[in-house]
Amino acid sequence: MSAQVHHAKPAPVGGPLLNAVTLTAGVLIAIMAMILLVRFFYGLGSVTHLNDGYPWGIWIVVDVMIGSAFACGGFSVAMLVYIFNRGEYHPLVRPALLASLFGYTLAGVAVIVDLGRWWNVWNMYWPWSANPNSVMFEVAICITLYIIVMWIEFAPTFFEKFGMNEAKRRLSKIMFLIIALGTLLPMMHQSSLGTLWVVLGQQVHPLWQTPVVPLLFLLTAIITGYAVVLFESCVASSAYRRSIEMHLLTPLAKVMLGIVVAYLVVRFADLLWRGVLGLAFAATLEALMFWLEMACFFGVFLVIGTAAQRRNPARLFLGGILLMLGSSLLRLNGFLIGYDTGGGYQYFPSLTEILVTVGMFSIEVLGYVVITRRFPVLPREAAHA
Amino acid sequence: MSTSIFDLDHERFVVAEERLHMPRREFLQFCATVAATLGLPAGAEAAVAEAVATARRPSVIWLHFQECTGCSESLLRAEHPTLEKLILDVISLDYHETLMAAAGHQAEAARKSAMAANKGKYILVIEGAIPTKENGIYCKVGGQTAIELTKECAADAAAVIAIGSCASWGGMPSTVPSVAGWDSSPTGSAGVAEILGKPVVTIPGCPPNPYNFLATVVHFLTFGTLPATDKLGRPLFAYGRLIHENCERRAHFDAGRFAMAFGDEGHRKGYCLYKLGCKGPETYANCPAIGFGDAGENNWPVGCGHPCIGCTEKGVGFTKPIHTVAKMLNVAPPLQYPRIDEPIGKGASFASAAALAAIAGAAAGGAAMLARNLGLSHQAAELEKAKEAKPKAEA
Repeated sequence: MSAQVHHAKPAPVGGPLLNAVTLTAGVLIAIMAMILLVRFFYGLGSVTHLNDGYPWGIWIVVDVMIGSAFACGGFSVAMLVYIFNRGEYHPLVRPALLASLFGYTLAGVAVIVDLGRWWNVWNMYWPWSANPNSVMFEVAICITLYIIVMWIEFAPTFFEKFGMNEAKRRLSKIMFLIIALGTLLPMMHQSSLGTLWVVLGQQVHPLWQTPVVPLLFLLTAIITGYAVVLFESCVASSAYRRSIEMHLLTPLAKVMLGIVVAYLVVRFADLLWRGVLGLAFAATLEALMFWLEMACFFGVFLVIGTAAQRRNPARLFLGGILLMLGSSLLRLNGFLIGYDTGGGYQYFPSLTEILVTVGMFSIEVLGYVVITRRFPVLPREAAHA
Repeated sequence: MSTSIFDLDHERFVVAEERLHMPRREFLQFCATVAATLGLPAGAEAAVAEAVATARRPSVIWLHFQECTGCSESLLRAEHPTLEKLILDVISLDYHETLMAAAGHQAEAARKSAMAANKGKYILVIEGAIPTKENGIYCKVGGQTAIELTKECAADAAAVIAIGSCASWGGMPSTVPSVAGWDSSPTGSAGVAEILGKPVVTIPGCPPNPYNFLATVVHFLTFGTLPATDKLGRPLFAYGRLIHENCERRAHFDAGRFAMAFGDEGHRKGYCLYKLGCKGPETYANCPAIGFGDAGENNWPVGCGHPCIGCTEKGVGFTKPIHTVAKMLNVAPPLQYPRIDEPIGKGASFASAAALAAIAGAAAGGAAMLARNLGLSHQAAELEKAKEAKPKAEA
């Protein structure tokens, strides 16, 4: 926190709220709302291709699993700044936290939307109905807590906007506790999301079903967190015509690559140790998808492998996208493509399912635009611009 | 305390053995059976054994009114070898018109002296319905009507137990003739609670299972209180569940396998008797759980192939015709059933595949444009830097 003083204070970007991006997002959200109306009146079967063999589809795998991994930027950066005491990254915390906030809140909403009997959801929080032995329960409680924690973590932004200095001062006294929780909780549930594959057992293809999958999920969540920060910084600077914080992103990319190396070591050691690497060379869809996933993680070294490459924002942007894609493929492969409950069941998302997922991401974009334009999130631009 | 049950040479049990003329093993078996009937937790049989062995035998006054003595018979004729000994020894049966040797005024005197000697401590058991029409003149003992006797004996009783369906609510004698103009039974038969104007413990059944009665008494002996009851006064340990819930033929009901006529293939195969009029779905009793007559499994009406007539349930037994189909109390069939041909999912449709392709294309295009712009501005910045640092003109 000591380094905070030297950074530019966050400030609203300003500018019009109504533009091509927000308008498009608004239309997509309206389409989603209409589909969800049908879903809540006529049930999941009316708008999804879910069936007994595939009780979850892209609403869970993309909106929740991938969406929450994308939302790990806040936690990854906070961990770097507060746990490893790298104060220089502090200006990245708020924008990263904002993306996380939307990612997680919408993941929570997506879960409710996907629950067949959503009106029973309160049982989860009712101690007499809760089943503490369930992985899902751990994930649900942890994510709920984390959403609350993140809103508190992000609250100073609103306090500053509305001039509630006293509230901000009081909150800052216990902020260390909130930040610690905000680091612990995602580590818990991101790994637990991986534990689901352990529980699913043989239904998940051996290339993904492994006892170490909680560690794989945790590592990729952190990697994705940094990748999203790269992606988001590049997009924000491009969209708002701001200078990019290259002095932060370049070293951040190096940290990220270090974790990618650790991840690949664990990933392949596990495949070799379990003796299933041979399956990656079979002529199957799963093997193809496995190599696509791996290509993303290895490809990133071609894009931003050298120090010179890491100084180029275009390459950082592409590197970020590659790793986001890799982590997404990991989740998509294990939860849908390499997931087979037998009995000839198959699944491909319906158009309406896709449109709802698109709508969910549109809310994130719209929210990000509105909040960065009106609330102090991004660092104030230096006078020279 | 719970370990004392293993101490078979304990003085109390030796005394009980002599008193009851039964081996200690059998005595303890009986205690365990009663504890299990009551649904007491493991270890409670020790408390029961202690209570029974210490011979704090409560005095019991047993009145008979409009009945067939089936309840008494079922208690005495139980197949368990020494059950009747226990009945006569667990309780001190001071007045029982069928069993006592005394007769006439001598018998009435015995009742009055037992009531006086155990004032406020005796248990009053009533078997049979109580006629109320014409001031109850249809049933008299020793010149007193059943109503008068009930009120007199209940006044100083520690507990009142109505045994059998007749005493519980009127039972068979209270059945209204199916003739136009009748709205009550010819003698206006009523249950004990109605006469006393307050709830009493009822052990309905025609006859009731002797263990349900014994367990109620032993509960009183062991804990000093009567067991918890439902709103009709029936002990919950015995009448807490529908017969349908624990029925051994329940699986046939759920699978839709029914006997359609006596002696048909389904009946011979032991299918569900619901369609023959079995009242199990609307009758609360533990018959399927403990059976009758200590004769082993399946020895109860449904087990023997006859539909339950609902004898423990007011408004069902002796009221509904035996072969009328029962009303389902707690197993309302669902409004819809899951499909049998569960769909196994569809492949990609043109629309969804096209949408995905469009999104992927748009994302790739957008990313490429953005990367290109970033690259160009990077190049420009590098050039700027190169210009400033003249010696390094290479970009």
